[in-house]
Amino acid sequence: MIPAAFDYHAPSTVDEALALLAEHDDAKVLAGGQSLIPVLRLRLAAPEVIVDLGRIEELRGIREDGDALVIGAMTPHHAVETDALVAEHAKLLALATATVADPQVRHRGTIGGALVHADPAGDLPAPAVALGAELVIAGSGGRRTVAAEDFFEDLFTTAVGEDDLLVEIRVPKHTGWGAHYEKFTRVVQQWSIVGVAAAVRLDGDSIAEARVALTNMGSTPVRAAAVEQALVGQPATAEAVQAAAAQAAEGTSPPSDSNGDAEYRRHLATVLTRRAVLAAAGA
Amino acid sequence: MTAVEERPAAELGSPRLRKEDQRLITGRTRWTDNITLPGMHHLAMVRSPFAHARITGIDTGAAKSASGVVTVLTGADLKDEQGALPNAWAIIPEQKAPEHPSIAVEHVAFAGEIVAVVVARTAAEARDAADLVDVDYEELPVALDLKAAAADEVLAHPDLGTNVSAFWEFDSAAADTGGDVEAAISAARDGGVLIEREYRQQRLIPAFMEPRSIAADPTGEQLTVWSATQVPHFVKIFLALVLGIPEHKIRVIAPDVGGGFGGKLQFTPEEVLTVLAARRTGKPCKYTETRSESLVAAHHGRDQWQKITLAATKDGTVTGLKVDLVADMGAYLGLVTSAIPILGAFMYNGIYKFPAYHLSCTNVFTNKAWTDAYRGAGRPEATFAIERVMDELAAELGMDPIAVREKNWIKHDEFPFTTVSGMQYDSGNYEAATAKAKELFGYDELRKEQQQRRESVDPVQLGIGVSTFTEMCGLAPSRWLGSMGYVGGGWEHASIRMLPTGKVEVITGTSPHGQGHETAWSQIVADRLGVAFDDVEVLHGDTQIAARGLDSYGSRSLTVGGMAVLAAADKVLEKAKPIAAELMEASVDDLEFVDGKFGVKGTDTSMALGDLAFAVFQGHKLSAESEHSLDADATFDPLDFSFPHGTHLCAVEVDTETGRSTIRSYVCVDDVGKVVNPLIVEGQVHGGIAQGIAQALFEEGVYDESGTLVTGSFVDYLVPTAADLPAFVTDRTETPSTTNELGVKGVGEAGTIASTPAVVNAVVDALRSFGVNDVEMPCTPHRVWSTLQGRAADTPAAPHSAQSTSMSQEGQA
Repeated sequence: MIPAAFDYHAPSTVDEALALLAEHDDAKVLAGGQSLIPVLRLRLAAPEVIVDLGRIEELRGIREDGDALVIGAMTPHHAVETDALVAEHAKLLALATATVADPQVRHRGTIGGALVHADPAGDLPAPAVALGAELVIAGSGGRRTVAAEDFFEDLFTTAVGEDDLLVEIRVPKHTGWGAHYEKFTRVVQQWSIVGVAAAVRLDGDSIAEARVALTNMGSTPVRAAAVEQALVGQPATAEAVQAAAAQAAEGTSPPSDSNGDAEYRRHLATVLTRRAVLAAAGA
Repeated sequence: MTAVEERPAAELGSPRLRKEDQRLITGRTRWTDNITLPGMHHLAMVRSPFAHARITGIDTGAAKSASGVVTVLTGADLKDEQGALPNAWAIIPEQKAPEHPSIAVEHVAFAGEIVAVVVARTAAEARDAADLVDVDYEELPVALDLKAAAADEVLAHPDLGTNVSAFWEFDSAAADTGGDVEAAISAARDGGVLIEREYRQQRLIPAFMEPRSIAADPTGEQLTVWSATQVPHFVKIFLALVLGIPEHKIRVIAPDVGGGFGGKLQFTPEEVLTVLAARRTGKPCKYTETRSESLVAAHHGRDQWQKITLAATKDGTVTGLKVDLVADMGAYLGLVTSAIPILGAFMYNGIYKFPAYHLSCTNVFTNKAWTDAYRGAGRPEATFAIERVMDELAAELGMDPIAVREKNWIKHDEFPFTTVSGMQYDSGNYEAATAKAKELFGYDELRKEQQQRRESVDPVQLGIGVSTFTEMCGLAPSRWLGSMGYVGGGWEHASIRMLPTGKVEVITGTSPHGQGHETAWSQIVADRLGVAFDDVEVLHGDTQIAARGLDSYGSRSLTVGGMAVLAAADKVLEKAKPIAAELMEASVDDLEFVDGKFGVKGTDTSMALGDLAFAVFQGHKLSAESEHSLDADATFDPLDFSFPHGTHLCAVEVDTETGRSTIRSYVCVDDVGKVVNPLIVEGQVHGGIAQGIAQALFEEGVYDESGTLVTGSFVDYLVPTAADLPAFVTDRTETPSTTNELGVKGVGEAGTIASTPAVVNAVVDALRSFGVNDVEMPCTPHRVWSTLQGRAADTPAAPHSAQSTSMSQEGQA
């Protein structure tokens, strides 16, 4: 379908983009366009102004900054998925990114776009929460940093305000951690029915630390804190992990839709958590 | 048995790459939406969001004054000229149906029905203005659930007084094709085996690759209509009949068309409205639907409840089959909506020698998109039911499912065989196809592994599904169609034009939309006329070029249309022979046609067909009495259907923890008779299997309780891709058809018909040790898991969240 008419701006700096957002009341930000363009075409949204970030070079790229990796918001999924630094220090993010949609989408879509879109079934919010990522938001009042757990406020709603831009994702290094993203879908190119992001640090044969977060088990990504705590000090065996994973659905409020009802999703969360943690632990 | 077999067959049987693929795959062709004419207007449709409502007012004022808008048309504007959309197949004379308007006048009966048409100078302006059309509706109660609708709880069309369109019955005792099924059931109840099951054929959406598109040019002497359709000849005649346009003033062109699967076997509201808009404005008009419109308003397929009763003796010999169908017509009767279940009615007995058979079918209206042909059209439903229930019989008796089938199937030396439904099967060899499939599959080894997994209560269970299908294809002998109440015939037409330079134009009345007719027809003609494959051009889909024809559907193109091509080639040779004799000053009786040349027996004198064509073109040496043309036309009406068959075996791993079913291996051995191009057959089988698997595991058209289509985009209507499917192991046996000289049977629908029960049988087989004997389609992880938990497997009718919720204003996506 054909989107409603809009004015189009393509700034080349973050400051220009922020100025445009401040100037226009009904503006939408275009990153890779892999969610926004379909929404426009379906006329689910009809903004008056589109601010395209595609020409802002400073928003692209991945670099090290001390104990963190810094990923520009406009870095395409494909770059994250194949980047050596991400593979070494934030493997969970690389693995989850590799499950996003299909290769075409991963070459156009961006990490920042996916996070700000905040689809509860999107695959990147949960790893961001699991890895304790920090999101750097630029606005008229300067830059501020928000922890991933506070960033996702509701369905399609984040801490990024109307006149703000997400500019960077800072991911604490999890060097040497095992990781796995267990995505459950019916067909390959589908939004997650449930997904589990897991990262574990082993100490010998036992789990020293674990980070687990769930995709599509609520309106925002859910940190499986009870599972994480239960795993600490446990051996990385099927029995021990299964016992811990049994708590995966605690405190979740999953949706019911054509892919399954909430009870099914709660059950899936426990099974997929067990599988994700065991895979992350290399067991 | 055929002349073809006796001559050197260089092209027939050759796996040629398709000559049309270069342009189709690279997109270097002209689809309907690519057609742009001077001064062209563009249409956008306003569609009802309500499944059932009365239109109380339409305000087109704002839309009419919007930028670029030429006019806005409503039902009130068009009611006197739109006529009614046709149903061409009344299955009983007293069949009931509501009038089917192209644009609703006062009443809408499904969500997606057109209520206004915006005509504008650009497609974008048309779309913008469509949003400004203000329609007031008074909502009415909706008839959605099929069984409730059959009981007339809520009427889909209150004026009709009932939802029941027709009740149709076949009884083998009454037809004298078999015994009394009730007697068989009574006997089975006392000391035999009775299997009673109810299966749901979910609603499917054809989801062809190219959305429907129509362009209409009223500026010439003839009205020219381009349409992305399977049936340009149907469109031409129905434009004449429905709109009263003189038939000779209409030209319809189906240019390259991107798939149909039966979904473009229709005469559509959009075609009528585009033509009416062009006629009103005097300008060329074009309409191309969006994918969402296609899912909502192009006709759907399947949607039946099937009650199956199978009576057998304790040794597994079936004594009777009773089938009671309730079929969802949706809101209206389309072209052949009413007949779709009946096309399956003769196939419920499958490949088996059942002594008694009864089928009843109740056609019912609901407030949903109307159903009509979808790949297989009635036969997938029939094959699913019988192949599922044969597995159930095997399970009940503790027999191997193949052994139960073997006990009941027609042996290869029993053909031709007249079945309990009165069809005469031409040929087949079920034993050979099954033996080959079992070997390729490793049937016995997989059974052993299944046993091991059952014993160890492996969380991943293995199931093996069997489907030994047959189908009737080659629609259709005109006499049969007439006896069944169809208004049209089933013949096909072809012309061959011998060009002066020796090249050949073949004009076919079939209308390919992805099948590869240009290649296959070239192969047939190259062999028959002894010309080079590349010297043959196949023309189709334009009623000014292919004036006669009945188009492509029902696996008919080769078995009917290919035979017409063959007959036309023979007529060319018949015409050429006396002319060749005259030119070579020989007796006709002394001529033989070998390798493309007429030769005088016992001499070196010969003349190639191409040289003859040039001589005919010049005419210098022809007598005045000779016809100065080698061109020939032929029409072929089939003697009977042909009945391809095959054995499909599927191994599915079911993860009992998540409910996910994963196909591990899929083997099929099909017998489609003689094969013109094995590569094309292979492609049809692969695509067909994929489409049948899609019904088994993935696809379902779902409406919510208000009648809104939940699966209104590909986010929710899950069409599998190659990544979701296993590699298929395909092979063939070859038992020539005896109903046509080529010895061919159809293959377009075979894979789709065969694969659905193979997959579901495998899923159920994997769960059998848990006491499960059915999983409703599609066998989603949620359904399988719920079944294992003993919970109701009802799946909420709600879309993925991204579709229903507006995005935040900050969306940076």
